[in-house]
Amino acid sequence: MNSQRQSPVYRSRLLQPASERTPDSHPLTWRLRDDGQVVDLKDYESKQGYEAVRLVLDEGDPQAVIAAVKEANVRGRGGAGFSAGLKWSLTLQGGDIPRGYIVCNADEMEPGTFKDRLLMEQQPHLLIEGMILAAFANNARFGYIFLRGEYVESARVLTAALAEAREAGWLGPDIAGSGFDFDIALHTGAGRYICGEETALLNSLEGHRANPRAKPPFPGQSGAWGKPTVVNNVETLCNVPAVMLRGADWFQALSGDRTDDGGTKLYGASGLVNRPGLWELPIGTTGRELLELAGGVRDGRELKAWLPGGASTGFLLPEHLDLPLDFDTVGKEGSRLGTGLITVVTEDQSMVALMRNLEEFFARESCGWCTPCREGLPWTVKLLLALERGEGEAGDVELLDKLAADCGPGLTFCAHAPGAAMPLQSALRHFRHEFEQGVRYPKGKPHADPIPAGEV
Amino acid sequence: MMEPTPTPQTITTDGFRLHPEDEAAMRAEASHYEQPQAACIEALKIVQRRHGWVPDDAIPAIARILGVGPASVEGVATFYSLIFRQPVGRHVILVCDSSSCFLTGSDQLREALSERLGIGLGQTTADGRFTLLPVCCLGACDGGPALMIDDDVYGPVGAEELAGLLEGYP
Repeated sequence: MNSQRQSPVYRSRLLQPASERTPDSHPLTWRLRDDGQVVDLKDYESKQGYEAVRLVLDEGDPQAVIAAVKEANVRGRGGAGFSAGLKWSLTLQGGDIPRGYIVCNADEMEPGTFKDRLLMEQQPHLLIEGMILAAFANNARFGYIFLRGEYVESARVLTAALAEAREAGWLGPDIAGSGFDFDIALHTGAGRYICGEETALLNSLEGHRANPRAKPPFPGQSGAWGKPTVVNNVETLCNVPAVMLRGADWFQALSGDRTDDGGTKLYGASGLVNRPGLWELPIGTTGRELLELAGGVRDGRELKAWLPGGASTGFLLPEHLDLPLDFDTVGKEGSRLGTGLITVVTEDQSMVALMRNLEEFFARESCGWCTPCREGLPWTVKLLLALERGEGEAGDVELLDKLAADCGPGLTFCAHAPGAAMPLQSALRHFRHEFEQGVRYPKGKPHADPIPAGEV
Repeated sequence: MMEPTPTPQTITTDGFRLHPEDEAAMRAEASHYEQPQAACIEALKIVQRRHGWVPDDAIPAIARILGVGPASVEGVATFYSLIFRQPVGRHVILVCDSSSCFLTGSDQLREALSERLGIGLGQTTADGRFTLLPVCCLGACDGGPALMIDDDVYGPVGAEELAGLLEGYP
């Protein structure tokens, strides 16, 4: 790398100084260093690290762990918001059932999302501790961190941390003298957004193409190699140690009276804001608070719309800025909290162009397994391109409605197509005039095809 | 007198021979899983690290190590976007084209790169130095527009910074 010149090297960072973060209020990030260096094993252990593992293994009651996580209502931070405790309570275990797997979904690829990277690059032992607790609760014999291939720095840090943890006896046989055995391997991917879908992830882990599997059976019943398997997001797992140390009531209280959801959330803002970044805040923080932390909309422009948590969530409007960003409230507005990292769109941006960009992403990243997704999304891109260029045909906007409706939910194996439909449907609802402005030709009147075949 | 039979695990065709270190690395990876097939992506990446890409003849070689049919390996090799099935340049540039970077100028960045390198997406410079590819969200949205060169992530990258940046990758 060229050291002669200042290069714009990207570094993951939290925009809250250590002085503002406490163990009581910032369970995910209070240990992070202001200099952004890795919290290594020694540092982590000096800050209550692995105390939850020691406590839980001493008590020796897996069901108590599940009960605590359920009571704390730790909802899946990968975007779906499903109760982690409920998921764990459905994992098959006991009797003749073989010990299964804990898989950490570290395939962070949702456009607009850059939170798990921070946790893995700067505080790998919190994730490892969370996985050990999850493994104990779910009777898993082995864990995998499924990491996207492009996260090279995360891979480097995690590899070193796994070796440290193994050396210190936190991984391997008879952890902390408890008789419990568990180890973790890092599994790195090679691209493709669909790997983040939990059953596609399992296929990819097993060395297949990342096509989703039919559910049921759910992974907790039959996952990796047919064994009970729990798949949790990085941030979800990182919440578990504090829940076990401080209790479900404390976790619930972190969000105050903002929302029924408990805990904090790694929130972020990107797109057209003055100070894009990442913050650990009580869950239920509003879009307006986030926008203020992000220094407002860039260059004094007007806010037009925002995605609450990634490309597969529906657009919200300025009027939604005061809603608490929790799973249920955002769901009631016809969108989803998703990953909780907002993408900000200003008045001067064309919604048609942005939708075209989003659908190009979804079309390219479709695994091709289900027809509405494989065939529908490229068609959607083609229509959006025509409308963007002002070469649309009467009926194109209605056809977009239909293609979006055909994407489900329930019409495809996984949530990829419904995820592609949600922003499109919300954009068509809120900004329909922009799409209609792209219609130039009457229906069926011959005109030059705006896009050569095969270009989409 | 008969020619000695080549060891089937190491020699597959006249065109390709797995490096013994790579073969050992693949077997080590495979030991992490219930079934060795799970090491398929890693095996492809091991070949790619050595050769820069995955030649066709590497497919049956990997299949033999993992104990699966070549079609299984081929299916995986053609699915994942970071497995290259044709030669690439010495350095691969991945330009993020997802929403946050789109909003902050990824189109302009890609055009500036294309103009500077004289290639479009999916192409390699004539001197074999750079290959330019799109990539989905690099998870560097607070640094958009972002790009990745080999293992290094940069962002936000202004078009005027490209010359200095590329110099670091001879």
